[in-house]
Amino acid sequence: MRRLILWLPLAVFALFIVTVAWRLAAGKDDTVRSRLVGQPIPAFALEPPLPGRPGLSSADLQTGKPRLLNVFASWCVPCKVEAPQLLELKRRGVPIDAVAIRDRPEDVARFLQEFGDPFERIGMDRDTRVQMSLGSSGVPETFVVDGKGIIRHQHIGIINPDDVPKIIAAYEAAR
Amino acid sequence: MIAEAGLAALWLAAALSLLQLCAGASALRTGGDQLLPMIRPIAIAQGVLAALSFFLLIQLFLATDLSVKLVAANSHSAKPWLYKFAGAWGNHEGSMLLWVTVLAMAGAAVAWLERRLPERTLIATLAAQAAIALGFYAFLLFASNPFERLNPAPADGNGLNPLLQDPGLAFHPPTLYLGYVGISVAFSFAVGALVTRDVGPLFARAMRPWVLGAWVFLTLGITAGSYWAYYELGWGGWWFWDPVENASLMPWLAATALLHSVTVLATRGGLRAWTIMLAVIAFSMSMVGTFLVRSGILTSVHSFAVDPSRGLFILILLGLYIGGALTLFALRVGTIREGSTFEPVSREGALVANNLLLSAILGIVLIGTLYPLGLEAATGDKLSVGEPYFNAAAGPLALALIAIMAAGPLLKWRRDRLKELARRIWLPIGLTTAALIGLLLLAPGIGLLPLLGLTLALGTAAASLAPLWKRNLRRTPLFTWGMVIAHLGIAVSIAGMASESAFTKETLVAARLGETVNVGPYAIRFDGIEPLAGPNWTAIEARLVASRGGGSSLTMTPQARVFSSPQTETSEADIATLPGGQLYTVLGREDEQGRWQLRLWWKPFVTLIWLGGGMIALGGLLSLIGRLRRGRRPKAEEVYA
Repeated sequence: MRRLILWLPLAVFALFIVTVAWRLAAGKDDTVRSRLVGQPIPAFALEPPLPGRPGLSSADLQTGKPRLLNVFASWCVPCKVEAPQLLELKRRGVPIDAVAIRDRPEDVARFLQEFGDPFERIGMDRDTRVQMSLGSSGVPETFVVDGKGIIRHQHIGIINPDDVPKIIAAYEAAR
Repeated sequence: MIAEAGLAALWLAAALSLLQLCAGASALRTGGDQLLPMIRPIAIAQGVLAALSFFLLIQLFLATDLSVKLVAANSHSAKPWLYKFAGAWGNHEGSMLLWVTVLAMAGAAVAWLERRLPERTLIATLAAQAAIALGFYAFLLFASNPFERLNPAPADGNGLNPLLQDPGLAFHPPTLYLGYVGISVAFSFAVGALVTRDVGPLFARAMRPWVLGAWVFLTLGITAGSYWAYYELGWGGWWFWDPVENASLMPWLAATALLHSVTVLATRGGLRAWTIMLAVIAFSMSMVGTFLVRSGILTSVHSFAVDPSRGLFILILLGLYIGGALTLFALRVGTIREGSTFEPVSREGALVANNLLLSAILGIVLIGTLYPLGLEAATGDKLSVGEPYFNAAAGPLALALIAIMAAGPLLKWRRDRLKELARRIWLPIGLTTAALIGLLLLAPGIGLLPLLGLTLALGTAAASLAPLWKRNLRRTPLFTWGMVIAHLGIAVSIAGMASESAFTKETLVAARLGETVNVGPYAIRFDGIEPLAGPNWTAIEARLVASRGGGSSLTMTPQARVFSSPQTETSEADIATLPGGQLYTVLGREDEQGRWQLRLWWKPFVTLIWLGGGMIALGGLLSLIGRLRRGRRPKAEEVYA
């Protein structure tokens, strides 16, 4: 009996190694998935940030072709980091709309001027109600919405340069 | 050239560690001790080469040599001098090089200084230390080369994470590593003793100063890290139960238990197997911690560049070293004869209780840290374990531990009577009771854990001083002073924690210029807001004037900073240490109506937390000096206090 107890620490340690090795092999996946992936986009209609620009409503996301919906804010620093990648996506022919969270028109205008404007339509979500209904918990976040207005993919956090091919793949898959 | 020289030094050190391992193994096989005069210089040379390699990396960072990939990725020419210097270890590769350097230098120190350990055990110990170093050299050379060149060199570097641009970076990681990795000596001692089956009081006395030394640094490192997180993160908390914090706490808990069990072994010859086990566990926890941090397998505020292949490499090293040591333990420890026995009510009994409680807390922290991993492996669910679990599970045990800590030093070795103990401890018990009644009357709404923490802290402080009672203070040995001060430090620290958790006042407001906000006993007037520029950042600084009851006022200036490279926002809290506590102010954002978010805390006696930490480390240091002095005398047969 005492003999067996002496091996116990090694057994516990082996269990730790196995669990951790499994975890390493499985790769890391930190995303908190929206329950809305695979669901139609909730109905909404948002005002434009600037006169002369179109606002954004859920109908605009059901055009028969897939689109990207970027959730951003002018006060969000990571969004500034993400901006070049959105411009790159636009250059590659991906149409992008945006929801600006808790923002002011003049700040949005300044942000777009400074960091580029990849968006076709922008809606002002002043009280974050649309963000909540999208199941998004922070900025930036990006959704791939197919032609029927069904959410096909959710990307949480900054779209890094490495993520651009992933986003394009999800966009292609939504066709 | 410097980079190549650094790499060469690293390769040479690795080769020497291999030589040290082989020479040790062959000396043990043939039973000849004549190789020892050769092994000592090898171990010392290995330590010197590793240190040289680390020194050269610092040179590269100071010169901002952008042709070195690591410098280009983590430094920037416009960075202040101190951060170029400390930036050398503010990244994965540099930090691992520091890790290995401490490991090699700890081995070198043992080779140079250790004279009490039997020669065969010393050879085995140095071989074990070399084996560990060899694996981590390989990790550096094959998976994390800090000296890799970049061709062509970029025009400028990426800069250092702004959260790390703080004087704390110069102090916290090296101190922590001296303890965290220094405890490897205890591990190697244990392996050495298992190889030669030579575990006894002599072995314990040889090991004790090394454990004490590492423990002092670990205590200092954790204390400094806690204060750093407290003022740099701007969240007002001093401990977040973050996986990386836990990774430093777990070796500390094991080393603290080891420190006490090794005393039983040194004095009474008991707890042999248990002491060996703790020595193995302490450094195993350091290695597990290193793995958890470096593999990025757990999510933490201390995020580093994450690379699964690196994680796998360290995991294999863990399997080899910890698995090997535990196998050796299971095979050999049964053949080690146990020492003398003792009664439950005795100094040994209290120390065993101390060990069991510390181990239980260690288990709680370990389970809390790993539970999210295990759960995901079993069910696929994701969750994070936070403060409520740790406080609820570890808090009561910690309080029991403190109570035992109060009584333990007042018990006699081998056998004592409860009645005798009660006679010695009535004053602390009386104080505890008085404090309990007083607090219940004065602060009725106080939570149970802080209430017990405060009352026990008072009683324990009194009990900690009791061993000095009726003694000639000038003839009291230094290690007794060390114990008294360390235990008193625990009481002081606990009092700070309990007071912070029970009495902190927090205010979160959106304030206009000129507005006055109250927090705790202070009235804070929002006087101004202005832009500011530093060497590699710009900031908005608020001017807050705090006054208490119309008395003299002081100006506080919290900032919201934006660093240029890499572009990041940080919040620089302004903290004022005042009689009775700290005022902690954080500036947030401006809202649509032109009001500024201010977050203000009044934290009574919070500084006691770190003052206590410093006292614990000081106690350890005094104890270490006392032991070393005593050890040098010809007759080491001593009466332990």
